Amino acid sequence: MGGERGKAFYFLAFFFALYVLFLYGPMIAIFVLSFQGPEGGLTFPMNGFSFYWFGKLYEGNGIIKIGASFLRSFKLGLVVMLLTVAISVAAGLAFRKKFRGSAALFYIAIASLIVPSIITSLGIALEFRIMDDVVRHYGPSWLADTHTTFMGLFTSGLGAHLTWTLPFGLLIMFAIFNRFNPAYEEAARDLGATPWQTFRHVVLPIILPSVVGIGLFGFTLSWDEIARSSQVIGEVNTLPLDLQGLTTTVTKPDIYALGTVTSAVSFVVIFAALFAIRALQNRQAKQGSDAGSGMV
Amino acid sequence: MAAAAPTAGPSQKSKSPIDRASDQLLAWAQALPMTLVFAFFFLLPLALVVMVSFWDYNEYEMIPTFSGRGYTDTFEGCLAELPNLCTILKTYAKTLKLCFLVWIITLTIGFTVAYFLAFHVKSKTWQIMLSLLCTIPFWTSNVIRMIAWIPLLGRNGLVNQGLVGAGIVDKPLEWLLYSEFSVVLALVHLFTFFMVVPIFNSMIRIDKSLIEAAYDAGATGWQTLVNVIMPLAKPGIVIGSIFVITIVMGDFITVGVMGGQQIASAGKIIETRLNALQFPAAAANAVILLGVTLLIIAALSKLVDIRKEL
Repeated sequence: MGGERGKAFYFLAFFFALYVLFLYGPMIAIFVLSFQGPEGGLTFPMNGFSFYWFGKLYEGNGIIKIGASFLRSFKLGLVVMLLTVAISVAAGLAFRKKFRGSAALFYIAIASLIVPSIITSLGIALEFRIMDDVVRHYGPSWLADTHTTFMGLFTSGLGAHLTWTLPFGLLIMFAIFNRFNPAYEEAARDLGATPWQTFRHVVLPIILPSVVGIGLFGFTLSWDEIARSSQVIGEVNTLPLDLQGLTTTVTKPDIYALGTVTSAVSFVVIFAALFAIRALQNRQAKQGSDAGSGMV
Repeated sequence: MAAAAPTAGPSQKSKSPIDRASDQLLAWAQALPMTLVFAFFFLLPLALVVMVSFWDYNEYEMIPTFSGRGYTDTFEGCLAELPNLCTILKTYAKTLKLCFLVWIITLTIGFTVAYFLAFHVKSKTWQIMLSLLCTIPFWTSNVIRMIAWIPLLGRNGLVNQGLVGAGIVDKPLEWLLYSEFSVVLALVHLFTFFMVVPIFNSMIRIDKSLIEAAYDAGATGWQTLVNVIMPLAKPGIVIGSIFVITIVMGDFITVGVMGGQQIASAGKIIETRLNALQFPAAAANAVILLGVTLLIIAALSKLVDIRKEL
């Protein structure tokens, strides 16, 4: 482990480079291939260069309305993001006080991460089916006669996504508060701040960059989520589900174009969030320290 | 002010019982939304899966009367076929085999990559940059990362073009895509990240002076790796393993897309039953899968106290 870079270093660096190539190679291949000319196929070599397949995608291929599922996934992602932030921050605050039942809630959250997604998805689907059956059989007639299903994007779908995003949100909150110095809060309290003022003006600004991180996680996890969505979305599909459907039917580069577009959305969202985190940290550094602006 | 305790400890003690009770109430209120979400969308659904697995069913609906049909149908003919394995047992054997292969490969790659990042990359900036580099592909949809293999592994893909062009094989290899090979490859591609992160996390917490001490005591690099670093990185290894194993055990999407819908897995059985609207049978299979997965996790978590590591 000395200062010298021995054989081990070069071997490991080479291994790492191979791993990165393995990670990126295939993705770069489809990004490049999505710019195939109109005659191009699913494999190399490139047959011309054009935006033809993106245009095709925009027109829609008749079978599946990509634009609609794109919008649905985007809206769902935004709602999941907001709820994940609000619910995780609240729960994170609760866990600092060691309330009774906290251990149980923690283990449930972890269990939600490690129970295979298809089982969670199946369970939620069963739950909504049973609710529908109950309403149809025992509900008041004005409801029972016309009722079809409670299942939908913003009911069962939203719930399924939250069981996936909230455990991550909670773990990030744990990481934040492990490093949080309670002295700031005590100072605020000593100066007479109410609990809400303490949270709003002291705690929140300090944890804000990480809270943006939770939102970012929430959006991207929902945007790409497929296993938990598979049984619970109802009649309409999210973008990843449509994409999965397309893998068996579409044999043209428009599927690569779709891959390029959805990846671009992920990247834009993430870079926007990283930028926001950076800006918040800079602001913190500027306002949090009075170095150089002293009285003397 | 100087006398004020910097930690929360003493001031907590001085609180009146009423304050403490209101603290508890506030904490419960704050934890309530999360509790409700998990109760309604996780615990209740799991309980329903177990309950429905004991219901009866016909071609198009489930019938709420007690029945073991979901399970007996699943294991139909298993006893009679012994010592040959019946479909369900064969499927589980295959799932476990895929799972083991993916686990051992992701562990090897994940450990090596994490080791490189934690011990050989000296500057903090480079560590962050290189970790970010590994994270970026994770931001893209799994399905896209799967189909990305098609232009490489397909019949006319780059790999086959290269192999044929170089004269190594005389006609394109058929087993590269839509095979067990492509399933394992895609799973490794998708989930090695889940190994790198926890292992890296436990490695950077290792006190470097322990490694110096091992060297001073005359240990070789290999001995240090096996006797110092590996035991200390064990929590990360176990957490990463639990992630990878539970994902692969329940996976039906990667197996479907990369296996050309031809390969069976435990998750795929559930999906097939669901598509046939045989909910009790699907639920019974879910219970079996859950049981097997939990057994593996229980065995792994015997090795380490996970809560302590978070």
